[in-house]
Amino acid sequence: MMEMILSIGIGVFAASGVWLILRPRTYQVIIGLSLISYAVNLFIFSMGRVRIDAPPILQPDVPGDPAALADPIPQALVLTAIVIGFAMTALFLVVLLAARGRTGTDHVDGREPE
Amino acid sequence: MTMPAVEHLAILPILLPLAVGAFMLLFDERRRLFKMSLSLATVLALLAVAITLFVMVNTPSDERWSTMFVYPLGNWPPPFGIVLVVDRLAALMLLLTAVLGSATLLFAMARWHNAGPRFYTLFLLLLMGLNGAFLTGDLFNLFVFFEILLAASYGLVLHGSGTARVRAGLHYIPINLIASSLFLIGVSLIYGVTGTLNMADLSRVVPTLAPQSRVLMEAGAAVLGIAFLVKAGMWPLSFWLPTTYAAACAPVAAMFAIMTKVGIYVIMRLFLLCFGDEAGASEDFGGLWLYYGGMATIAFGGIGVLASQSMQRLGGYAVLVSSGTLLAAIGTGNSAVISGALYYLATSTLAISAYFLLVELIERGQAAGADVLAVTLEIFGDPEEDIADEDEEVGVAIPATIAVLGGAFVACTALLAGLPPLSGFIAKFAMLSAVMNEAGDIDAAHWAFVALVVASGLATLIAMTRNGIRTLWMPAENEIPRVRAIEAIPIGALLFLCATMTVMGGPTMRYMESTAQILYWPSEYAREVLGTKPAGAAPAGQPATGGAP
Repeated sequence: MMEMILSIGIGVFAASGVWLILRPRTYQVIIGLSLISYAVNLFIFSMGRVRIDAPPILQPDVPGDPAALADPIPQALVLTAIVIGFAMTALFLVVLLAARGRTGTDHVDGREPE
Repeated sequence: MTMPAVEHLAILPILLPLAVGAFMLLFDERRRLFKMSLSLATVLALLAVAITLFVMVNTPSDERWSTMFVYPLGNWPPPFGIVLVVDRLAALMLLLTAVLGSATLLFAMARWHNAGPRFYTLFLLLLMGLNGAFLTGDLFNLFVFFEILLAASYGLVLHGSGTARVRAGLHYIPINLIASSLFLIGVSLIYGVTGTLNMADLSRVVPTLAPQSRVLMEAGAAVLGIAFLVKAGMWPLSFWLPTTYAAACAPVAAMFAIMTKVGIYVIMRLFLLCFGDEAGASEDFGGLWLYYGGMATIAFGGIGVLASQSMQRLGGYAVLVSSGTLLAAIGTGNSAVISGALYYLATSTLAISAYFLLVELIERGQAAGADVLAVTLEIFGDPEEDIADEDEEVGVAIPATIAVLGGAFVACTALLAGLPPLSGFIAKFAMLSAVMNEAGDIDAAHWAFVALVVASGLATLIAMTRNGIRTLWMPAENEIPRVRAIEAIPIGALLFLCATMTVMGGPTMRYMESTAQILYWPSEYAREVLGTKPAGAAPAGQPATGGAP
């Protein structure tokens, strides 16, 4: 059940994101990029296998048992991907505003279609 | 730690630009001379480090017979910790980056550094990202360095401002953000299947995969490949490239000449490591895609070169031709072709970079839009031409500046079109003769490659000759561009390097051959990387510091 919800969630995010980045307005594109990055982050997380009640780090003085632990690497990767994605979205927002100011339109080509 | 100090050189190409770039942020933008000299010192230091590393991988010592060395970051042993790997290919790319960095920075000092804020910091961060991408032996670390170089490049594309640059940025940035998402999907799929992100470890795991995991691994590799091919500019993922390169200011475009090569480098490395001769059932996965995709890119680039009206766009399409040739060469999977391709990679990067710098100088004397006007005139004829012809002098004195620029332009043309006597010819000849000498019959696909490489050279020659005649032989109408020595020296240096590669063709080619042979020996690479012991063997319970961000 949990796997089903997660995969449907990833699919909906990715599909909406792809539809939005194909739209002609810069605002739609940036929302689309954000949705896609959510889908990607969830996907990376799911690649560590979906488990509950399993800590990702060893306890001191307890011998480690790989079967009782969650894979910590995808969680670390997701963290990095979130930070980088956030920075890139912020950077793109600035360019988007600059383009709006310079061209006077929010079309992705910088000019309105005829 | 007892690690010899010289091994720490491997981390310097990353740390040095990062530290200096961050340090310069603390100072006011008006202290130009200070920032200028600091950045120049940094790129020259990077050049020195790159040359040292290059010499090191070429002189095997007694205890270290191999031609590569591994630097474990945070002193964790390889499959678990992240490693930097300096081998011949990485050293070559580092050297190329450092040479381009020094030349373009010197060029930018003449005027372009004033065109916008924080130029030097962005430039150094771009160098850091490039160096890191060439050095790292870990897939996710590669992603991080890709993002660093891309973030810096977003800033640099917009350097100098202007509507055209913002418009180009509006396409360049989203497509790279989407490619980064694909990158992450590919990396996590590969991790999910193989349980490792270390490239050396990956090359060991791939042949042993079960069939049902193999499908997922190959899917991951294909998604990852798309991300790199967007960067490398393979048709049909390349429509953003000519516009962006044409819009960027000259030193930035010249530096971007190596950005497509990052994609090529990663494809070459991963393709040969994971899907080389030792990969079992996955052998040569995607090779045909690279081969035919590369050929489509050559054709697209060649047509684009002929069709472009501005000289910057022509440069952008020349980048595509170069990318396509390299991709198709990798797709042949023949080590002799790859060694020719490596030679071509070095020479075409230097030549394109010199071309972008040169074009800016030539066009300085022209009114905006003169290019487009000239093409229109060529087609429809100039109404005043017939009258003016009669009493014009036969000989026109060519000013010295134009003569120098013209000479450089001719050299660029010969290099890009692959004409003798310069290194572009040797590179193409090496690749084509390797394709023709392959064992067995030469099939139609190989003939197509040969024909496309030759035809794209011809297209480049025609287009560049036309442009040269139009701009250099009409000095009367245009004001003579004022060129400073600091702008001419970098172009001269880049072209001089190409000439040196021609004269020293034998040794250079031998270096490329041994590099290609090592690439074809992934098990040796894996043994070397995974056999690395952490320096000084830290006592248990006290691991070296460093960790996740």
